[in-house]
Amino acid sequence: MMAEALARQHKLALTGNDAVAYAVKQANVDVISAYPITPQTFVVETLSRYVYDGELNAKYIAVESEHSALSAVIGASLAGARAFTATSSQGLAYMWEALYAASGLRLPIVMALAARALSAPINIHNDHTDFFGMRDAGWIMFNGEEAQETYDLTIMAFKIAEDPRVLLPVVVSYDGFIVSHAITNFYALNDDVVKEFLGVRTTGPRIDPDNPRSIGVLALQDSYFEFRRQQYEAMENARQVIKEVFKKYGETSGRNYAPLKEYMTDDAETCIVAMGSTVGTARHAVKTLREKGEKAGVVGILQYRPWPTKEAEQLFSRFKRIIVMEKAMSPGARAGPVYEDIASTIYPKHREAKMVDFTYGLGGRDISAQGIIDIYKLGKELVDKDKTDKVQFYGVRE
Amino acid sequence: MSTLATWREIDLGGSVAGGTSEKYKTGNWRVEKPVIDYEKCIRCLICWLYCPEPAILRTGDEVKIDYDYCKGCGICAEECPKKAITMVPEEI
Repeated sequence: MMAEALARQHKLALTGNDAVAYAVKQANVDVISAYPITPQTFVVETLSRYVYDGELNAKYIAVESEHSALSAVIGASLAGARAFTATSSQGLAYMWEALYAASGLRLPIVMALAARALSAPINIHNDHTDFFGMRDAGWIMFNGEEAQETYDLTIMAFKIAEDPRVLLPVVVSYDGFIVSHAITNFYALNDDVVKEFLGVRTTGPRIDPDNPRSIGVLALQDSYFEFRRQQYEAMENARQVIKEVFKKYGETSGRNYAPLKEYMTDDAETCIVAMGSTVGTARHAVKTLREKGEKAGVVGILQYRPWPTKEAEQLFSRFKRIIVMEKAMSPGARAGPVYEDIASTIYPKHREAKMVDFTYGLGGRDISAQGIIDIYKLGKELVDKDKTDKVQFYGVRE
Repeated sequence: MSTLATWREIDLGGSVAGGTSEKYKTGNWRVEKPVIDYEKCIRCLICWLYCPEPAILRTGDEVKIDYDYCKGCGICAEECPKKAITMVPEEI
């Protein structure tokens, strides 16, 4: 890292949750609302301590449910506040109705999601079922691989959400327990650097007594479609804004982000695609495979919505084989959500790359580097034998 | 009504300038309309208090039904202590 960028930050050792809380404190939010009990994760506990200790001048609203948590944040955001909430699994499911209200009202809310499995049966561990469940809710969706990415994305999320070209809510997801509860080192920007980077919120719909407006109105056959079309466009605009924010953040921090994280992809013939903490393990596995002469590479997904269509088309159309690893399943679908995004991106124009989909790690089942090597070998074989019509399940007892 | 706004022109996030309900006349929702018999009316203003709209307009102690907005719910007729308000079927 350049000395200049290094002078703007300090090193911390915190859990993923505390890294998020630290970023939210530095973002100087005005309102935090959360349901404090399971399946909540302690990101909001740390924030409540910051507020109680006077380190963060914000209103902390503890509510009786996640539905109310997001609703309170929606109200705060309408009042002009920079507002934050956090949740996991069942809690996110309970927010479902309000997720669409937040994006439909065009509110720059930021939410942290420690990604976890959904009931039944009850499970508190990591997979991406909750995350993909909010795919079509109109939120910008990021996934942090570890504490550093999660911290950086949380800071950038406010900048992206509040851009007048966007005005959409942003979710920053990170793997439950694996990232949320594990302590790692990361660099945090100094308070004054974050303050300068973000400024104060000046955009977005607000309640203004001098200029009364009706908010959350009934829009029927004659106007609903227009509002939704406009919301779609805001998500399209977000592509450019994210690019600009990544660039500016790179100049500030020395950490340069891209929607898709590439590792040894330049000459790769077979590519493993993953999201979240698995990406790091996959890099390790690919390093081993390379030593054995395999032309393997990894693509990690950092930006899920807006889906980086252009970047994905250029990148994925280069490979011979694409092995997609998903910690979620879509029962009854052709394949999991990431497979479908990649397939729909490349296949209208490119037919060279062949794909196979693996479901793994549901309910927190561990994935090792050896496991990824197994998936790589099996995936390669299935593609070469043209046996890719079914989703594969890795690590389940048959 | 003028030309409807395109998605590029429409206000952000389903928000519109205040006061739109005044333009939305609900009088044609009525099946029956309340008619006041001013001979029986004692100007007690109970109908004015109970009207949920408000579609009973008051000037001093005088009341008048605002048929542009009255939905014909009949609460005024029900509450009138002198039975001075009658619900009369609307002519189709």
